This record gives sequence, structure tokens and C-alpha cells, in this order.
Amino acid sequence: AMVDAESGLSLTIARVVQRLRGSSLHSQLERQARVSLHKPEIKLESLKEDIKDFLKTSGWEKKLQNAVYSELNVFPSPCHPAAPPEHMKEPLAYMRKAQGSWEKRILKSLNSMCTELSIPLAQKRSVSEQKELLNKWNEMGTDEPDLSLFRPVYAPKDFLEVLMNLRNPNYENGEQPSFRNHLGLIQVPLKVKDIPELKEDFSELGLNIGQLGIDDSAQVPPEFFENEHVRVGQKVLAEQDSAAAQQYVRQGCPTALRADLWALILNISNQPEDILYYEQLKSNVIQHNLLVDSLIYKDVKLTASNDDYYFVFEDYLYQVLLCFSRDTSVLEHFAYSSATPPKSYIRGKLGMEEYAVFYPPNGVIPFHGFSMYVAPLCFLYHEPSKLYQMFREMYVRFFFRLHSISSHPSGIVSLCLLFETLLQTHLPQLFYHLREIGAQPLRISFKWMVRAFSGYLATDQLLLLWDRILGYNSLEILAVLAAAVFAFRAVNLMEVTSLAAAEAVLADLSTLKVMPLLQIFLFATVT
Amino acid sequence: FRIMAGKVKWVTDIEKSVLINNFEKRGWIQVAENEDWNFYWMSVQTIRNVFSVETGYRLSDDQIVNHFPNHYELTRKDLMVKNIKRYRKELEKEGSPLAEKDENGKYIYLDFVPVTFMLPADYNLFVEEFRKNPSSTWIMKPCGKAQGKGIFLINKLSQIKKWSRDSKTSSFVSQSSKEAYVISLYINNPLLIGGKKFDLRLYVLVSTYRPLRCYMYKLGFCRFCTVKYTPSTSELDNMFVHLTNVAIQKHGDDYNHIHGGKWTVSNLRLYLESTRGKEVTNKLFDEIHWIIVQSLKAVAPVMNNDKHCFECYGYDIIIDDKLKPWLIEVNASPSLTSSTANDRILKYNLINDTLNIAVPNGEIPDCKWNKSPPKEVLGNYEVLYDEEMAQSDGPDRDMRSRSGQSSGIKGSRARDSGKPVLTTWK
Repeated sequence: AMVDAESGLSLTIARVVQRLRGSSLHSQLERQARVSLHKPEIKLESLKEDIKDFLKTSGWEKKLQNAVYSELNVFPSPCHPAAPPEHMKEPLAYMRKAQGSWEKRILKSLNSMCTELSIPLAQKRSVSEQKELLNKWNEMGTDEPDLSLFRPVYAPKDFLEVLMNLRNPNYENGEQPSFRNHLGLIQVPLKVKDIPELKEDFSELGLNIGQLGIDDSAQVPPEFFENEHVRVGQKVLAEQDSAAAQQYVRQGCPTALRADLWALILNISNQPEDILYYEQLKSNVIQHNLLVDSLIYKDVKLTASNDDYYFVFEDYLYQVLLCFSRDTSVLEHFAYSSATPPKSYIRGKLGMEEYAVFYPPNGVIPFHGFSMYVAPLCFLYHEPSKLYQMFREMYVRFFFRLHSISSHPSGIVSLCLLFETLLQTHLPQLFYHLREIGAQPLRISFKWMVRAFSGYLATDQLLLLWDRILGYNSLEILAVLAAAVFAFRAVNLMEVTSLAAAEAVLADLSTLKVMPLLQIFLFATVT
Repeated sequence: FRIMAGKVKWVTDIEKSVLINNFEKRGWIQVAENEDWNFYWMSVQTIRNVFSVETGYRLSDDQIVNHFPNHYELTRKDLMVKNIKRYRKELEKEGSPLAEKDENGKYIYLDFVPVTFMLPADYNLFVEEFRKNPSSTWIMKPCGKAQGKGIFLINKLSQIKKWSRDSKTSSFVSQSSKEAYVISLYINNPLLIGGKKFDLRLYVLVSTYRPLRCYMYKLGFCRFCTVKYTPSTSELDNMFVHLTNVAIQKHGDDYNHIHGGKWTVSNLRLYLESTRGKEVTNKLFDEIHWIIVQSLKAVAPVMNNDKHCFECYGYDIIIDDKLKPWLIEVNASPSLTSSTANDRILKYNLINDTLNIAVPNGEIPDCKWNKSPPKEVLGNYEVLYDEEMAQSDGPDRDMRSRSGQSSGIKGSRARDSGKPVLTTWK
């Protein structure tokens, strides 16, 4: 056992070192160390110690700590030195298989759209087209391309159908459904937490602990909690400590500090090389037209452009998403995602690996509502390259799990199961009633969770929710909130007699206050 | 019948459902204009007739109307500017610290209206100013029109030749209010959000001018231009870019009927706090309240403070990229047309809250009442300034300005003589 823990740790260390080696942080540290040689406090006899001290006092050690912390957060620990790489993506074979089939379907749908419309997947723009796009870069929203022939490749409800049909072939459940079994739509035996475990995990949301979203309301004097919380937040920012920031935001971010706190947690600093990288992506967009660009346009026009909160930022969404599609650094996240980027072949070279490219270049095919992952960030970041990096990092840490099939506790399958289990266990009467009238609760809450509630909650509430996603490095809070919403509207839901009526009761979440709902559901409901 | 006798009788010449639904829900009874009425929601044409010298209309104690007789002192562009200039000069004369100027001769606290001249009367003065900064853009607005009608931009003197008094080719434009224009320095550095230009529409209810008592509606909104803002001169003719009036935006290609290009003020606050910080955002909103109150104080001395009157104004404000708010104009008849579902709800609630304050308990009014409604009936209004309270209370009154909450202020301002600290109302 001791040996395993040690070898696990050394594996992790080796991996982090490998990832950070050659990074710009690495070269900056080396440069700093060299520069410090000129300083009087660095003595030859104690060179190593003195340089270490210097790096500490100048804040560079902290930057390294943040980078290491970031790596640990993003990559799961290797399970076993002999485990094949696909286990880091997804340990369960049947899940891998299901994800593979789903991907084939999506790609087929994309290819057939391509053939039907006789549009190539990718095409170089003419010089005049490039010039026009460059001029229009900041106002692509005013463009009115004909999008009528394009349809989203899939919508959340298509994905739900796939998840409903997931089965573990090693698990034979011949019993008739009864109150002892799971009566929801998800029928795979994944382990999900119960309320006592959730209470422990989300202990900072407890009734005795101050929260933004509850204890900063007009009726509460700011001396009780808010002022001190803001003070602590400013201190955390001054220290530039990622781990401390992550702990801090569990109680919510003050509005004025949120942008910086999230950037600190995700270790985004918008260095000149990052800005250059973004400009490079932008020039890729100018030069080549991708079919997915039309899908992105269509999605923005259908969703964000009609949203009361986000319509203002329409142009930013194009600027982010078009670049995102071309960003090959996103391919790295497939190492720990159950998904695999689709491959396409140069015309006429089907099946020949030398002529294979990932399509789109970042391997992510957008679906209906995808742009809503970006929209809330526009309230925080108005500089395009920073906005871009924040979104990219949010995607490769969290959002990718919401539209791929995996057994990960933050994956959408687990979230659905967690939601259904919480509801069935704690609101059994409501659950059975809705099931009886053909209104399986997940049919309504699925879209909320897939979108991380973006576009359903008021923006200030959504940001408070996403504070906790970052704080706990988990998406489970989405399932808990979904259950809490049903609990809140239980009385009205008990009276409905159809799925349509149930949808109507839950159609408008824009007045909900997220933190009281979560707090009551976790800590104040009699179980 | 006592029951019938107790019901408010109403008249209106504005057929809008947000009004009528509110009257009906109070059980008020509709009557004709020539009958005995208690409450008349008038258009501005009607108020002109009611209070004109010829008609000799006398309102009785149980009659209330929704306009002050000479509201145009505030709501006509040229008169508003005139009154503000006069107010500033008076303060300067009496040595008030409010009228303090900076090293460039600009008022520190009272410079909230863009430089404005009347045409043709001030034509020469305008030319002098124009030549100081020949690359500037100016906006021409007819004094008597609304909804963005007749407005155009100029950046060359030749474009307004016909307002020149000396021009031999044009006929001298008569001084009648129909043809008079104001020309204001165009704010060409507006704050942009998402790259888009917007203005603020805020509703302010005045129940009395002397003492001044006014309320601000918490649910104001931002109106975004559908087309990308660009200060380039080639776009001067494109009114969709420059004017944020919904009446104009509605006919643009990109007008959206779900959100109508409108944002709530709370969205604005969230965005500004998140991207610029809390202090500058609070300062901005404090300044907005400040300029509204100053504009009302400027016209208070010349207003006919008829006790039968109250008025709900639509204030149009533009914020520039240094987060300074500018008062563009005040509307006496803010539009009650609803462009979206959200809009309809907002305007319905606006009228509802207005009526609750102006006609206490929904009962037959007595215009001799003290016009001090209890806090509970304010609804979405907040007290913006209460002169009576301000004068009676001492300077050590507790006044916390809650952060992140509504855009109004709690309590009332203590300051009439001291230097205002513009970050809060202390």
C-alpha cells in the first residue's frame, strides 16, 4: 500500500513536471533566477537557497504553485501505472462504447448536412472575402447570412434519448421496477452521493456560514458578513493564491472581485503570448471558412440574440466561438475526456491516416445552446482575448463533461442520476406523481443541467452558482439545484396533470434565488 | 348611492391599455371629459388647453391631473437648458459651493448638459464654439418634437446655413416654437457595451415642486442601438446607429421583439460593477441621481406648483466612456406603448405605483393633502429627494448607501448648502 501511494505520487509529480517543462512559466522562472544573480542578497555559497528565497519573496513561487494546482485540478490522478490511456478518458468499457456510437451519429449528421447542402467542411476564403470579414470582425452580428438550410447538429433532448438507453451489459436487472429500484430515465448503476455526503462536501453552504446570495441582501446590515468577506477577497487577490481563491469563492464572489478571482482560480493571466495566440486564431478564422461557423452563427442567432441578458454581447460570442473552433490546444483535453475528436479526411483520401485531420480543428462540434456557455462570461470580461481564454479554460475543465458520456461524478450521466435519486428519495410523492402523468422530471431538468443553467437563471444568480462550480471544482451542484427547484415548486407541480403543464410551472426560473434554494434543500429539509 | 359616490371618476385621452387596466382594477369609473371627474390622465395638448388663460378652467379640490401646467420649462429642450443655465448663474452669484468651477471654467458639479445653443437666436455664439473644435459633431433637435423626429447630425457649418440670421439666401426663420431648434455637442465617446451604444431611460415622479418631492422608479432601462456604433463620419446619416429612441430602432432590420433592445438598469449595474468596480459604479449612479435632482431644482422656481398636479417624467441620460452621465432630455409624456411583453409589464407596474402615490388609497382625492405617502405604497419607487425632510433633519442622520442593490437612494439628501460628496449622498 505504501509503495502504491508513493508510486502514484511520483507519477503525478512526473506528469506535472512534464507538462510544465518548456512552458512560458518555466522560461520566465529561469530568467528570473538568472536575473537574481545580480542581486546582493544572492551569495555563491548558498546559491540554491538564496535563489529559492528570492523566488518566494518576489511572488514567482506562488505563480508556480498556482500552475501546479491548476494541473492537479484538471488532470485526474493516474489510477495505476499500468492502466492504458483510455482509462484516464473513461474507465468503463460500455461507456466508452456508447460515447463512440454517439460520436459516429453526430459526425454522420454533420457529413450528411454537408453533402445535402454541397458545402465543404472547410474552405479557404478569397482575398476579398477575407478583407470583408476583417472589416466586420467587431460586428458580425449585423451580418445576415442565409442560415435557413442549416440545422443544429443535435439538441439536448436528442442527447437525453441516448442517455436513457445506456445500459451496463454486466448488470442484469431482471426485477420489475418498484419503489426499491430506480424509477427514473437513467438506468445505469453509477454511484452518486446522498444528502449526508453532499452536506459534507458542500459544508460551506451550511446554515451557519455566511453566503453571498443570502447574507448580502438589503435587509442584512453589511457589517454582519459582507464587508468582512469583501476584505478577505481583496486579500486573497493580493496574495495571488489560486488554492485560497478556490476555497474563498465557495461563499460567493463579491461582484467587483469576481472577474479577477475566477481568473486566479483558472490560472489565466492574459500574457502577451496569450494575446498573440488569440490573434493567430483570429487570422485562422479570417483565412478559412468552416462549416461549423454556420452552425455557430445559427446557434447564437437562435439563443443568445433572443436572450434579455445576453443579446448585447452577440458580437463577442462570434469572436470567441469562431476562434475556439480553430484552437488545436483544446485537443489536449481529450486525454481526460471520454470523447474523441472526429476525424475527417482530405477529399479523395478517405481512410488514409496521413490525410486525416481533426474536424473542426478543436475537435468540438457545437450543439444547440452551446453559445450559452460563453454568454455569462461577457458580463465579466470585455477584452476579447481574456474572455476567450476564460471560456476555453471553463470548457476544458467543466463544460465538456456536460455533453459527453462518461462515468465521471461531474459527467452529465452522473448528474442526471444524482438529480433523479435526490428527487426520488426526498420527494417521492412528487416524483411518482410526475412519473404517473408522463412528466419524468429529468425531461424538464435535463436542459438546465446541460447548459449549467445559463439562460434559465437571472445572470447575477447564475454567476453565484458558477462561483460554487469553481469553488468545489465539481458540477454536482447543478443536479442539487435542479432538485431544489423541483422541491421549491412542488406544491404547484403536484396539481398538474400533463407534461406540458409541468413544463409551464417550471418555464420561468428567472426570479429564483439560487443560494437560499440550495441551502434549504441541503440543510433545512427534513429527510 | 354611497358606494358609487365614493368611486373615483376618471377620464383619459390616451387610449393605452396599461392606463385603462390600472383604472379598472381599482374599480374606478370612466366618465366623459365634460362630466364631473376626479382624475384625468391628459396628453400634453390637453393640459395646455386646461390651463390656458382663455378657457379659465378651474379645478376643484377633488380633481387631479397628471401634468404641471408649465411642464415645458423642463420638457422643452431649449427651456430646460435655459433654466439650468439660469440656475447655475444664480448659484454662482450667491457664492454657493455647488457652482464651483475648475481651472478651465467648467462647472465641477453642474456640468451635466452637453453644450447647447438655441437656433437661430444663438447662432453666432454657436459658430464661435464650433470653431474652437471644428472636428466636433453636433446634434440638431427640433424643440417641439419627440420620438426622435426631425433630428439630424452635422459636422460642418454649411449644413445649418439656413439657421444663420445673416444668411441672405434663406428667409429668417420665425421665432415660433415650431421651427426653433437646439443644437448640442454630440457625445461621440459614449460608453459602449458589447460594442453597442445605449442610453438610459429613467422614470421620475414629482408630486410637488415647492417643497420639492420626487421619486425615482427603480426599474429603469437601457435602450441599445441595433447597429454597431461607429464615430466615423460616413455613418452620420444612419440614424439607427446614433439614436436610441425605440421609435426609431423599431424600424431597423435588427430590431428584436423579445427583448426590444432593452436592458434593465440592474443588468447595467451588474456589468459595470463586474468590469469597472464598485466605487466607480456607485459614483455613476449617485451622479445620475444628482443631475436629476439638480434639473428639478433648476425649474422649481418657475414651475406653477399647482396642487392639483403631479407628473411622471421620462429622463433620457447618456453615459460617456469616462462614466460621466449627461442629461439629454426630459419627457413629459413618456411613451406608454409597449414594444415587448416585458415592456408591457414594466409600464403597467409603473402606472400602478404612480397612481398609488398620486391618488392615495385609490380614493377620491383631496388635493389639499400633504402629498406624503407612507413608505409601503411606494412600490418600485424610491424617494429621490424630499426637500421638507432634508431641511428638517440634521447632518448626522444615518444614511447608508447599500451596494449592489436598487439604483435609488434611501432617505433623502441633507445637502443644500454644503459641498456634495459625489460618491454617496452624505
